Amino acid sequence: MPDTTLTPPAHTVPVAFTRAQVDWLPWLEPMAPEEMTERHRLALVDAVRIKSPYFRLLARDPDALEARTRADKDIFYNTNAGLPRAERELAATAVSRLNGCVYCASVHARFSATYSKREADVDRLLAEGVGTDLGESWNAVVAASVALTETPLALGPEHVARLRADGLDDLAIADVIQSAAFFNWANRLMLSLGEPALP
Amino acid sequence: MTVDVIDRLVGITPGSPLDGIRAQRPEARTHAQKSYEALFTPADAGGVTSAERFALAFYVVGLHGEAETAAFYGEGLPPGGLREAVESAVAQTRTHGPYGAFPAGPLSREDKAGPAYAVDAATTSALGPRLAAAFAHAHMLVYHPRDAGPDTLAAMLAAGWTTTDVVTLSQIVSFLSFQIRVVAGFRVLRRAS
Repeated sequence: MPDTTLTPPAHTVPVAFTRAQVDWLPWLEPMAPEEMTERHRLALVDAVRIKSPYFRLLARDPDALEARTRADKDIFYNTNAGLPRAERELAATAVSRLNGCVYCASVHARFSATYSKREADVDRLLAEGVGTDLGESWNAVVAASVALTETPLALGPEHVARLRADGLDDLAIADVIQSAAFFNWANRLMLSLGEPALP
Repeated sequence: MTVDVIDRLVGITPGSPLDGIRAQRPEARTHAQKSYEALFTPADAGGVTSAERFALAFYVVGLHGEAETAAFYGEGLPPGGLREAVESAVAQTRTHGPYGAFPAGPLSREDKAGPAYAVDAATTSALGPRLAAAFAHAHMLVYHPRDAGPDTLAAMLAAGWTTTDVVTLSQIVSFLSFQIRVVAGFRVLRRAS
C-alpha cells in the first residue's frame, strides 16, 4: 500500500498575516512518539518539540532535521556581536511575508516586535507587505532580504553598500544574509508539508 | 578532509575576512555542512538514491540560474542521459519567483500569476515517474511555494515515494534554497570587501 496524504480536520484558514498565535496542520503523517527511536528524539534537539507535528514529521529524516535545527539556532540566537536579534527576526519576517508563509511570519513577527518594541512597524510590514516604509535602517534590511528571496537572486553590491551606510559591519551583513537565506529554507518546509490554521 | 561546500563555492580561504566572519557563527557553518552531508552523502540513503538526490539538486540550482553551484551538483550525477534530461527540464521551466495565490480574502489583491510546471513528454519519460513527480514539487517550492497543497504530495506518493522520502526530497529543495542564497550573498559580500 502506498502512503497517503492526511486531510486536516475542519479549521479556519488565516486570510491575513498576523502576530497572533497560528497553528500548523500536517498533510503527511508525522511519526508517532512511540515509534521514535533515540536517534529521532535526539534530532529534535529540544525534547519539548516532540509535541509538535511539524518536528515529528521532519524527524523522519533525523540527520537532516538535527543539522537544520542547529544551524537555525546559531543564525538567530548567537548574538555574540553582529546583527541584533530584532533585525534578524525582521529579515525572517520579511522573507516569510514575501514568500507567503503566514505561519512563519506570525512566529517571527512576534519575536521581532518583542526584541525591537516596534509593534506598529512590524504590524505595518505584515499588513502592507515588504514595500512599506519602516525607516531607512529597517528598509535596508528588508530590501536586502527581499533581493535575496527573489529567484533568480537579485542581491547586489548596492544592497551591501546601503547596509554599510546604516552602520552595519560585515558580520552584521553576513547575519542578514544567513537570516534571510534560512527563512527561504524554513518557509518552503512549512508551506509544502502542511497548512496554517487559526486556533 | 571534507571540503566545506559553502567555503568552496564562495571561494573562502583560511585567514580571509569571510573565514573570520564564518568562524563567529561556528554552529551555523558546521551544520550547514552537516545538512549537505545528511542530504547528499547520507550514511543510509533510505528510499532516495544518490542519483535522484543529485538530479533534484541539479534541477533546483539550475532553476536559480547559479552556474557555479550547478556545476558542483552536476559532478554528483551519474554518467548517462540523466544530465541532459534535467537540463531540458530546467530550460523548459525556468521563470521568476516568488508568485502564487493566497487564500481568498484581503490578500487576494497580492495574488500573482505564474506558470505551472510543464515539460514535454520526452523529458518526462527520460526522468521517469519518480523524478518527474519530484520535479513538479520542486518547481512549486522554488518559484511559488505558497501554492503548495496536498495534491502535489499525493502525486509523489502515487509515483512510489514514501512519506519519509517526501520529507527528504522537501528538505533537499528547501536546504538548497538556503545554501544557494548563502553562497550568492557571501560572494557579493566578498567582492564588496
